[in-house]
Amino acid sequence: MREEIIMAGFGGQGIMSMGQLLAYAGMKEGKEVSWMPSYGPEMRGGTANCTVIVSDSRIPSPLSSRPDTLIVMNLPSLNKFAPIVKKGGTIILNSSLIDSEVKRDDVEVIEIPANEIANKLGNSRIANMVVLGAYLTHHKIIDIATVKESLKSVLSERHHNLIPLNEKALDRGTEIV
Amino acid sequence: MGDKVLMKGNEAIAEAAIKAGCRYFFGYPITPQSELPAYLARKFPEVGGVFLQAESEVAAINMVYGAAGAGARVLTSSSSPGVSLKAEGISYMAGAELPAVIINIMRGGPGLGSIQPSQSDYFQATKGMAHGDFRLCVLAPSSVQEAVDLTMEAFEIADRYRNPVMIVGDGMIGQMMEPVEFKKEVDPEKLPQKEWATDGAKGREKNVITSLFLDPADLEKHNWKLKGKYDRMEENEVRYETYNLDDVDTVIVAYGTTARIAISAIELAAEEGIKVGLIRPISLYPFPYDIIKKTAADVKNFLAVEMSTGQMVEDVRLAVEGQKPVYFYGRPGGMVPSPEEIVEKVKKIGGGSR
Amino acid sequence: MKLIAGYPDSLTDKPFHYCPGCTHGIIHRLVAEVIDELEIKEETIGIAPVGCSVLAYEYFDFDMQEAAHGRAPAIATGIKRVHPDKVVFTYQGDGDLASIGTAEIVHAANRGEKITTIFVNNAIYGMTGGQMAPTSLLEQKTTTSPFGRDKNKEGYPIKMSEMLTELDGSSYIARVSVHDPKHIRQAKRAIKKAFNTQINGEGFAMVEVLSTCPTNWGLNPLAAIEWLKENMISTYPLGDLKSSGEVD
Repeated sequence: MREEIIMAGFGGQGIMSMGQLLAYAGMKEGKEVSWMPSYGPEMRGGTANCTVIVSDSRIPSPLSSRPDTLIVMNLPSLNKFAPIVKKGGTIILNSSLIDSEVKRDDVEVIEIPANEIANKLGNSRIANMVVLGAYLTHHKIIDIATVKESLKSVLSERHHNLIPLNEKALDRGTEIV
Repeated sequence: MGDKVLMKGNEAIAEAAIKAGCRYFFGYPITPQSELPAYLARKFPEVGGVFLQAESEVAAINMVYGAAGAGARVLTSSSSPGVSLKAEGISYMAGAELPAVIINIMRGGPGLGSIQPSQSDYFQATKGMAHGDFRLCVLAPSSVQEAVDLTMEAFEIADRYRNPVMIVGDGMIGQMMEPVEFKKEVDPEKLPQKEWATDGAKGREKNVITSLFLDPADLEKHNWKLKGKYDRMEENEVRYETYNLDDVDTVIVAYGTTARIAISAIELAAEEGIKVGLIRPISLYPFPYDIIKKTAADVKNFLAVEMSTGQMVEDVRLAVEGQKPVYFYGRPGGMVPSPEEIVEKVKKIGGGSR
Repeated sequence: MKLIAGYPDSLTDKPFHYCPGCTHGIIHRLVAEVIDELEIKEETIGIAPVGCSVLAYEYFDFDMQEAAHGRAPAIATGIKRVHPDKVVFTYQGDGDLASIGTAEIVHAANRGEKITTIFVNNAIYGMTGGQMAPTSLLEQKTTTSPFGRDKNKEGYPIKMSEMLTELDGSSYIARVSVHDPKHIRQAKRAIKKAFNTQINGEGFAMVEVLSTCPTNWGLNPLAAIEWLKENMISTYPLGDLKSSGEVD
């Protein structure tokens, strides 16, 4: 098994930490993982994206030129990355912020109204966890329980009070797929 | 120890330095290596280390000179334009035979260039760092774990030869996160005493740290002595990895992150029935000439892949000694080659499908 | 019988290579005497510069490091941070300290590095053959200011000591001269105070020593002494410019 995922969205949507959480949980399950951020001036304000690879064997390139899965939280990211998703791959998109069609018929598209769900849970910033929960239910590469266990290690201490909320968002994500 | 942690390359290198018993860091801020000094600024106080942000790259490397001459394990890190500024001090350190570890998280150049990943400092690191007849041991990790292992080893190599050792990584190595394990921990108190160090001439003759030899006969002697060390490095410190070398037509030579992209390309090529292997130099100086030369007999051609317009490829040609064609594929300026591009190039040079 | 003069223990017996009438030899000896009197020879690490005193490490009989041009204060910083209990000093000329090494000395002083700097100012580049120094006087003729230093072209003699007094990190800054025995005694007092400032852990200390360069000034040794007295002191006034007052 080798799963290559690109996650992308606005800065501030928790893209990077979603990727780190997935990588950390993968590591915890004894898998090979890598997390590669886009870095540079676009770190602030613009689009943020990272590549996570989870594998049973040594990971060659930490970049992905044809990801198995694309998780996109906003429209510019969908436009940028949709064309490179592997044939037969998956696009998980945040339908709260993306109302445009995916112009490909050779990939599976899963729409999650992540912001609406997150808002109902009381905090729009956990939209990322809703999506992650949905993704891991669809692609069972890592146990959701491991992801929950990893929250403590990945979130900085000042955010530990938000762990129960993050767990709830992950659960909501699992329910909608 | 023994447990795996998920770390950014820059931070992992910093932690590796601590684990190697290094307690002194002098540096100047530059992207994309900033997490490294920031990590040490945070962590050194816990272990009694000294972190100092110098007024310039030039001052930083000379602080390293002073600390190394005073007997300490010492680290500095920078990125390409900063390393150019440090070059003067590195030459003096090689001349004065001072051990230290220098990290270069390379970015695009020349000049201010870009802050994106690059391998365009190969010549600088392995051949033309600065004035004078000297060499650095240069190590190029391709994963965060290897960055950790090589950083720890770099301190040993530096002490063994009394010579600076440089770790070159591209921006990706610095920025990416991977699981790492710190396999050992060195107690700085238990490191062997450096009898040549200037730490106060108590009960012994005075020690002098210098790279000045006004008498040409003395300097010639010193130059040959240094050359002797480089010869010993060439004998003992060559490091490389091979991948999929059996029964292939084309052998890619690539180092650092590029080598991993090359492995992705090899997998892709295999899907099309094209047989490609890889030689990954881990030590750039000393360069693994022998394995490349030996491999030349069994393959059709070589392809050097670099994030530059072609630097290491010259060493590949030297190694192949004209036995087989050597081709080049590069993406300079902070662009990263894709596996698909590499496969295209392999096809073009006729490493041929069978 | 009491020996009232001798050869300092902190000097090797290697003869100085300095030109006749050059005052580097006097300044070396003063530093060595102070180190002897403070009984810190075994605790001291000196840094030699690039310039005429590049070989200072052959004359001082304690641990020494040779620096790249201008970088001595950075090297001293590295040594002192590794061995905070040792005594570390730099010995630098005007080209080294006030030109190519301006950044290093300013920031070492500003950090309050607990080091001592002996700054030998003879208003000219000696080793390279009499070029204009940043401390050359207005109208002073050198090989690179053959018509005299012109303030409109080359700017003004740089007053490093005055500059460094402005920094919060500097504790003791003095300017002295070695043109006669009285001033030599004052110079020694200042050098001792500069070392004590470091030993007491106060902060950065520097003594600027006005010095002669008969060879490149084109004067005989006696005339050079007179020239220093007549011309340099008015541009570079002597005395303690900054003193925390806690050590003497």
